[in-house]
Amino acid sequence: MKALYFAWVRERVGKAEEELSPPAGVTTVADLIAWLAKQGEGYAHAFEKPLAVRAALDRVHARSDASIAGAKEVAFFPPMTGG
Amino acid sequence: MATVRVQRDDFDPGAEAEALARGRTDVGAVASFVGYCRDEGGKLAALELEHYCGMAEEEIARAAREAEARWPLIAVTVIHRYGRLAPGERIVFVAVAAAHRGAAFAAAEMLMDYLKTRAPFWKRAIRVDGAAEGWVEAKTDDDRSAARWSRDAAASSGS
Repeated sequence: MKALYFAWVRERVGKAEEELSPPAGVTTVADLIAWLAKQGEGYAHAFEKPLAVRAALDRVHARSDASIAGAKEVAFFPPMTGG
Repeated sequence: MATVRVQRDDFDPGAEAEALARGRTDVGAVASFVGYCRDEGGKLAALELEHYCGMAEEEIARAAREAEARWPLIAVTVIHRYGRLAPGERIVFVAVAAAHRGAAFAAAEMLMDYLKTRAPFWKRAIRVDGAAEGWVEAKTDDDRSAARWSRDAAASSGS
């Protein structure tokens, strides 16, 4: 699946997007965040407070318990500050 | 039905609002809102707005569909800019046309509340002194403002 990172999540991870191949057993958004947090220092920093990071699956807001099965694109970002 | 534009360029709020009623005889009210970049007491040099291209447009369109399901609206236009914006520049525009003002005012306010909490945009503040710059933090007030439009708690979580 394609992962996109925005704002300070992007800065901490150190890239705007990448291809992810999470192992079997990573089935929800929360699982994916926990797995990503173990992928290096930048990821650990970006996902140190899992509740501070929001997610979207295929461009729709997703809760942490949402299943990632079948999703082509996942995005992680801070709470939004538009308007 | 809604017109949604996410763009770097400025827009003409008068022309955009007027366009909703032009050539029609059923519009009784157009309510519009313009959000500007403010200088925070002279401390802010600019805002850098980042967005999630694709989702930003889709999320605004979803909010517009919710407004249309809720009130009898004739037309909706939402414009949100991205990129570097200096104090005094326009950031966002919402205009709603309806037969009566109640629906137009309420829908415009709901759309702005939803935009602030659900549209994927992030502001970075660039300070005049150049030293401290950082991402603007989300306000819990904005979450409360958006939540009052929810019919139930599940809808407010954005699922």
